[in-house]
Amino acid sequence: MDNSSQLAQYILSGLSNGAIYALIGFGFAIIHNATGIINFAQGEFVMLGGMLTIFFLVFLQLPIVPAIALAITLATVVGIAFERLAIRPLKNAKPLSLIIITIGASIFLRGAAMLIWGKDTHALPAFSGNDPLYIAGATILPQHLWIFGISILIIILNKAFFNFTITGKAMRACAYNSYAASLVGIDVKIMVLLSFVISSAIGSMAGIIIAPLTMTSYDVGIMLGLKGFIAVIIGGMSSGLGTVMGGLLLGLLESLGAGYISASYKDAIAFIILLLILFVRPEGLFKKKETQRV
Amino acid sequence: MFRSGWRIFFVLVITMFMAGSVIAADPIKIGALLSVSGPAAFLGEPERNTAQMLVNEINKAGGIKGRQLELIVIDTQGDATKAVQGVNKLIKDDKVVAIIGPSTTGDSMAVIPIVEKAEIPLISCAAGIKITDPVKKWIFKTAQNDVLAVARIFEYLKKQKINKISILTVSDGFGSSGREQLVLQSKEAGFQIISDETYGPKDTDMTAQLTKIRGGEAQAIICWGTNPGPAIVARNVKQLGIKLPLFMSHGVSSKKFIELAGDAAEGIILPSGRVIVANQISNKELQKKKLLSYINNYSKLYNVEGDHFGGHAWDAMMLIKGAIERGGGNPAAIRDQLEKTKKFAGIGGTFSYSPQDHAGLTKDAFVLVQVKNQAWTLVK
Repeated sequence: MDNSSQLAQYILSGLSNGAIYALIGFGFAIIHNATGIINFAQGEFVMLGGMLTIFFLVFLQLPIVPAIALAITLATVVGIAFERLAIRPLKNAKPLSLIIITIGASIFLRGAAMLIWGKDTHALPAFSGNDPLYIAGATILPQHLWIFGISILIIILNKAFFNFTITGKAMRACAYNSYAASLVGIDVKIMVLLSFVISSAIGSMAGIIIAPLTMTSYDVGIMLGLKGFIAVIIGGMSSGLGTVMGGLLLGLLESLGAGYISASYKDAIAFIILLLILFVRPEGLFKKKETQRV
Repeated sequence: MFRSGWRIFFVLVITMFMAGSVIAADPIKIGALLSVSGPAAFLGEPERNTAQMLVNEINKAGGIKGRQLELIVIDTQGDATKAVQGVNKLIKDDKVVAIIGPSTTGDSMAVIPIVEKAEIPLISCAAGIKITDPVKKWIFKTAQNDVLAVARIFEYLKKQKINKISILTVSDGFGSSGREQLVLQSKEAGFQIISDETYGPKDTDMTAQLTKIRGGEAQAIICWGTNPGPAIVARNVKQLGIKLPLFMSHGVSSKKFIELAGDAAEGIILPSGRVIVANQISNKELQKKKLLSYINNYSKLYNVEGDHFGGHAWDAMMLIKGAIERGGGNPAAIRDQLEKTKKFAGIGGTFSYSPQDHAGLTKDAFVLVQVKNQAWTLVK
């Protein structure tokens, strides 16, 4: 095994993990941009996606496609309930209080999942087989292609939605200045609700496509949520390319660090990056400094 | 309405008193400190289920010498602080005569000084060698040592003429204790460790570590961890097209591992107690009858197969039962009788305690099993 194929393997593994981080990061960005809060329950939607799919697949014996569709729908309903019951009643609360509420919600969702589905880890069958594919001396699984494909699709849809539809533009308007947006007739409440819908749908989708690789359990959301959070911090809270780059960068650094330095430092690398970014460039690596964001 | 409520209450109280007087003397209280929830729940849950099942069976059969058993379970949540609080409650409030558990080595080490001081016999269900080495007067254990598991694998490797290995261990208590033994014993056996990698208990991708191992010249990979990590390792090994034989620890010797790893589990070899291959072992073995009845009774009651971990509690419970039958129900007598236990065939192995050995097992407690067609097969 020569060095170049070893490097190729690190890069490929890094990119595929990075795509997952980016997808989870999106959920953070969308809610942050609509409401100004960071939803720390985002990881729990990733968990819900995977666990609900397994629930429908194994316990209700549904075929895979309806199981996935139902899982995303139900996770989205949970997202709506979360916004209506925990976020909206406190409309005038400070962002900090809301962020603490999201942490509470994440503990609640995790606990509920533990009580309903137990503490076991579950594996979802791969969408199209487990036979590895060889690329430049490195190997990936067909499931990785699904992850890449769905991530790219979601990125494009996102871009199109926020740039070319009235609703998407209205959501962006709320992000810049919700008061001004309400003056021109945009229903801010609906936009906030919509941001929870989109981000819980994306989060659960991410949870479903990675479940065949990483497996899933009631507490899988903590670490994945944090990694997604780091991706979006590197990307400067953007719901576009910044977060994608942030996720890929994080995945690459983790995998190269684990390969060439030591795997014991894998998580340490991620958190050191997070701290460095927060200290040095809190606005993200790929963003020009914005003066209106005070 | 209110009045009739009171009447029912009194009737209930009176019946309870009467029922109490029918059941002979006061019950023998046995404490159980188990990590029923939290990260080590995969140990504590089957252990609690098994202990409760046995107590019910014993009581139904008339108890021990006519006295009923009472099991008081305390959930340590795998947290040493809670274990210490729990053990104090068991000793001071409940006045138990013996304790089974804790489930993890960390919890066990935390409660040992208290139990030693209170002079109550304790049979730990954790594997760490430190628990009974050096020997402590009141402390016994049933789980097999890592030392024995590693010895069993190395014995097999020597037979296969393999002496270059790579190890991949999880960075928690179980993994680091396993790693220690792997490094130590490979020095003694003259094995060369090509790469010594670790992974985090919550990691979801180990391809980086395995790519490094693939690049080296190891002849076998040994992975030491508990679910779900090793299942991911198995899948990553298959993904990377690594053809080296893969060994695991006894930490994954349950059906769950095969279920999680799927096809990637094929061919993996690991040391395990006999419980997962109970129907394949020779009829001559002392343990066979007990293993089969344990598996049957457990699955009848809980709808899942009884495993290796529940077996630790089975052994602890039955050892205490034996000691009470022989010596009586006070802590000192139980301890003395425990130490005299010889050739007790349980789930984890055949136990013989002595004043010098409170672990009671030899490396024969382990057999090697291999995954074939999604099931465990005994390696002969």
